[in-house]
Amino acid sequence: MAFASKSPWVIHYDGSSCNGCDIEVLATLCPGFDGERFGVINTGNPKHADIFLVTGSVNEQNIGVIKEIYNQMLEPKVVVACGICACTGGVFHDCYNVLGGVDAAIPVDVYAPGCAVRPEQLIDAIVAGVAALDEKSAALKAARKGA
Amino acid sequence: MSKATIIPFGPQHPVLPEPLHLDLVVQDETVVDCIPQIGFVHRGLEKLVETRDYNQFIYIAERICGICAMGHSLGYAETVESLMGVEVPKRAEYLRVIWHELSRVHSHLLWLGLAADAFGFESMFMHCWRLRERVLDLFEKTTGGRVILSVVKVGGVVRDIDATQMAEIVSVLDGLKDEYTQIMNTLLTDTSVKNRTVGVGYLSAEDATALSMVGPFARASNLAYDVRSFGRGAYGDLSEFAPITDTAGDCFARVKVRCLEVLQSIEIIKELAAKMPAGDIAVDVKGAPADGAQASNVLEQPRGECYYYARGNGSKNLERMRMRTPTSQNLAGMTVALKGCDLADVNMIILTIDPCISCTER
Repeated sequence: MAFASKSPWVIHYDGSSCNGCDIEVLATLCPGFDGERFGVINTGNPKHADIFLVTGSVNEQNIGVIKEIYNQMLEPKVVVACGICACTGGVFHDCYNVLGGVDAAIPVDVYAPGCAVRPEQLIDAIVAGVAALDEKSAALKAARKGA
Repeated sequence: MSKATIIPFGPQHPVLPEPLHLDLVVQDETVVDCIPQIGFVHRGLEKLVETRDYNQFIYIAERICGICAMGHSLGYAETVESLMGVEVPKRAEYLRVIWHELSRVHSHLLWLGLAADAFGFESMFMHCWRLRERVLDLFEKTTGGRVILSVVKVGGVVRDIDATQMAEIVSVLDGLKDEYTQIMNTLLTDTSVKNRTVGVGYLSAEDATALSMVGPFARASNLAYDVRSFGRGAYGDLSEFAPITDTAGDCFARVKVRCLEVLQSIEIIKELAAKMPAGDIAVDVKGAPADGAQASNVLEQPRGECYYYARGNGSKNLERMRMRTPTSQNLAGMTVALKGCDLADVNMIILTIDPCISCTER
């Protein structure tokens, strides 16, 4: 991808992560790594967001919250699983209150593993997310024309 | 006075990096009651001691919380060491405290940024996190990790800091101190910061004692309680240590206490770096904790006193591991401080107790 077709706005939700990935998500958007140079803005409103960054695994208590935020986002939308807990459950995979990675609740487009996930990797994942967003947007347009 | 209404706050909320749900009972613009609901981050990791041996569990212990990772691995290691009667070399104790105090600097800078963001001071947020990156660079150079360090093991530490790296730590901290002092002075003298924080979220010393508040939250209400002043490990070799306290008990006092603690931590690291003893960094630990052996331990985390308890059963797995983390103590004080505040001040009060939900729920 030679240029970003969109300035993706992201929404972040902490599933049941240990905070390590959450502070790396915020650090990605701060001066050290400056994710904002790609036009990435952190928003608190699901309706404004294009990319959903989920950290941590899914449990009985938060599965409803994750699904709710996902459902409130408008199409096209992309989900990035940030960190190994969000991908598979990580070191906590056999805890009694862990149902698994984020894909146990909602479809995931980009997996960014790591414990904690590194900001460079998150930037890569967001850029890959923009590409996935383009594909979805093209598919939506084609479906609209076909209809 | 109008009818009472319940306003839900969280679990997904722009000022909260972590999920915490509060039901705010509001009458007009005043919060009359607050009912917290937790459990969004509960993983149940204390039970993992049954399937991981005591050496493996240290990697679980430090993933209780990514911000206090160093503190939790240190607290767990100290507990198991006292369970098994292991004597840690002096150099390892110094190295542990240096990393622990560095993580306090990073945690307080992180918090300061989030608090500034909560009252709409976004450039301050960015400045604090810019300075924090330098501490993370030091972590990366000395341990290889940015937030999860994995540097403590039962019996010592896994890596040494040589003289060149130590000199670099001191020079980076000197540079950081200059810039940080400018930021701190701006924050503590700015009128708009004072308008948002002075007199907001007051907690009296009596309430703080009765509710067993810990850490900077308690110290801002004039309770001079700091585990570091017990003088255990390398803290005992400091020429002087006095907890930083404030008498006001409001949000501004809490900001001030944490601001000054960053400078205190920098001084501690510099003093220990100068006094660093030579020698081994770890001892070999063999065997298993005896059946029925018990040990407890307290440690001053960036957010306050954390209590650890461990019991052995004669095998490599512990029978029970229990932590009582600072935020689970402080949530009680937070609900008291929230009562009677304006709805617009709720963000500020929640942020100034520096909640760490993943520690609390584990």
